[in-house]
Amino acid sequence: MSFQAFRFDPVELPPAARTLRKEVRAFLDENSASLGNRRDHDQTFSRKMAERGWIGMTWPKQYGGSERTAFERYVLIEELLAAGAPVGFHWTADRQSGPNILRYGTDEQKDYFLPRITRGDLSFCIGMSEPDSGSDLAGTRTRAVKVDGGFRINGSKLWTSNAHRADYMILFCKMAEAGQEEVDRHAGATQFLVDLKNSPGIEIRPVINLLGEHHFNQIFLTDLFVPDNRLFGEIGNGWRQVSSELAFERSGPDRFLVLFKLLVEMVRVAGPNPDRATAAALGRLVAQLATLRRMSLSIAGMLQEGLQPLTEAAVTKDLGTRYEQDLPVVARQLFPTEPELEAVDTYVSMLARGTMNAPRLSIQGGTREILRGIIARGLGLR
Amino acid sequence: MRDETRMLLESMGRLFEDHCTKQVADNAETGMFPAALWQAVSETGVPLAALPESAGGADAEWSDLYAVLRVAGRFAAPIPLAETMLAAWVATAAGLEVTEQPMSVGPVRAGDRLTLQRDGNGWRLSGVAGRLPWAAQAVRIVLLADGPDGAMAVALDGTGGAELSAGRNVAGEPRDTLSFSGLRIAGDAVAPAGDGVDRAALYRRGALARAMMMAGAMDRALDTAVTYAGERKQFGRPIAKFQAVQQNLAVMAGQVAAAGAAADAGVEALSLDDPAMQEFLIAIAKTRVGDAATMASEIAHQVHGAIGFTKEYSLQLSTRRLWSWRDEFGGEMEWAAKVGTFVCARGADALWPTLTDG
Repeated sequence: MSFQAFRFDPVELPPAARTLRKEVRAFLDENSASLGNRRDHDQTFSRKMAERGWIGMTWPKQYGGSERTAFERYVLIEELLAAGAPVGFHWTADRQSGPNILRYGTDEQKDYFLPRITRGDLSFCIGMSEPDSGSDLAGTRTRAVKVDGGFRINGSKLWTSNAHRADYMILFCKMAEAGQEEVDRHAGATQFLVDLKNSPGIEIRPVINLLGEHHFNQIFLTDLFVPDNRLFGEIGNGWRQVSSELAFERSGPDRFLVLFKLLVEMVRVAGPNPDRATAAALGRLVAQLATLRRMSLSIAGMLQEGLQPLTEAAVTKDLGTRYEQDLPVVARQLFPTEPELEAVDTYVSMLARGTMNAPRLSIQGGTREILRGIIARGLGLR
Repeated sequence: MRDETRMLLESMGRLFEDHCTKQVADNAETGMFPAALWQAVSETGVPLAALPESAGGADAEWSDLYAVLRVAGRFAAPIPLAETMLAAWVATAAGLEVTEQPMSVGPVRAGDRLTLQRDGNGWRLSGVAGRLPWAAQAVRIVLLADGPDGAMAVALDGTGGAELSAGRNVAGEPRDTLSFSGLRIAGDAVAPAGDGVDRAALYRRGALARAMMMAGAMDRALDTAVTYAGERKQFGRPIAKFQAVQQNLAVMAGQVAAAGAAADAGVEALSLDDPAMQEFLIAIAKTRVGDAATMASEIAHQVHGAIGFTKEYSLQLSTRRLWSWRDEFGGEMEWAAKVGTFVCARGADALWPTLTDG
């Protein structure tokens, strides 16, 4: 008799994770100059982490990993995020590209990519969204055609974060001869490992976001040739492969620690003796954060068991983005000020960053509406 | 979850399902105590299970008993189960006798203070204990009072002759106020409170009990709403097929999941030695669960439409309890202020270690 709709089993962090937390904090102290900057992409920092075995730390030693648990990785990444460490160079590869290569890659691909990722040599980005297919990934228009020795690919990707800096992109597209799409919208979905730095036929154009930053890109693929050995997984299996990636992408502490620094600054502004209403407003936020952390940790436990908790991941991301979007709203009520990005006062600049970043949180990595659709499916409603 | 825990919860679930019928709930609201339900629960030994074997208990884990409270909340069991568990805890720690019959415990409100003064070989009890659950039906009421040398436990037979003013929460559960104006208490009904037992500790455990019961009530409300959405047809199809309804239920499910996780975290905090840290984590639980209760009950009703607003339909058994329990043993504002006060006193740079260490 199960009473609960979704599974969020309690987990206790193993002693190794507690030890690791101390090591990570010491490491962050040593590298404090790198923390809290707006520049998130820092290969030097990633290499320092790599030296400690902290990229791909759960992967097999055979591929440069350290065979540590999902709990240890959880502790590592939450410490990095809370401290504002510049983890952008290796983040995508460590979180989802690497684990998916481990799951679906050929032996040669594992041998080639995984050690390079763990050394901090290779950076990845995700080629999913397109101009005409954002949430509706199955509507992807980019097409691959089998040619001698490989595939020829034409199409365009949009909102591709860090494509201008990444070495590789895992491209999601369809085989041109997919055929039975009328019956199965996922038919022919296929992924490729695309070398962004050394392939003719790739043009990357910046799309500047509303903060004036360059993260997004549009990518034009014109007769791009990808050799047979860079087909990723099986032809037609792309949908399943992407789904497995999303459990990694949606459940982590990166879904509720983006604006953690704003909460810290709110506590600082409140001072040691806030009035009751202020204390309660902050307490509510802390209660949400503590609960999210527990739910996310519980999912780490399921990933450790080899499960794919897609619905639980959707629940956590939806709640996490809701909480983060509330942060600047509550901040403005408690401690009104005019937000300014470049303000010297950290609270004022964090309020500006929080306010301006808030909208993206419930769009990237699956929109709020898509996530709630997944949760509804988990409830048996669709 | 341990096998024994799962078996316990399954058997208690069956018991509550059999006994907590709509009729039993309706009768309870008219003042008819559900004696058969209590008898069945009592026979499992659960109400006194936390006591040491020497005191007639089973040395059970509190975490298991709180998990049972979640099941009791799910089935809206109209009995003072949490209160009897807590009364037994206070009484036994003080060396006072307990009973297998329904008990109540107090004070349950943060502002209530009872005082004891020596009177020969006995005592005189003064003060007000407001909104005690099932005080009129309780065979024994265990109270914490301030004595000349510290916290004391008092065991009354029934209301012990105190003035009782009957009240109810919005779920129709008895919440009676007892007033004591120098009520004479025999010496053997009073003893120093046990180690770690004081008003604050009782309040924490009570708040946690309500958090778990609310988590259970929300589990039930979600089940009810999902089932109803699948059955109710409008515009030629089940309302579950409309995206607006799906999105609402998805939001509710998220709140219910968060409530369960938060309540579990509060229960784990019981094993901490540091009372301040324990209070912090239980405060998080009561705050988060209470906030979830507000959102979950709103959506459950919206999905049901008019039928959910009737006395006849069972959704109100869950939602009226949520509206009651979220305010009992302190509402979200009170507990959230404790969370905020705690983190602010430690300072901004200690926020992250506070959340992660321990």
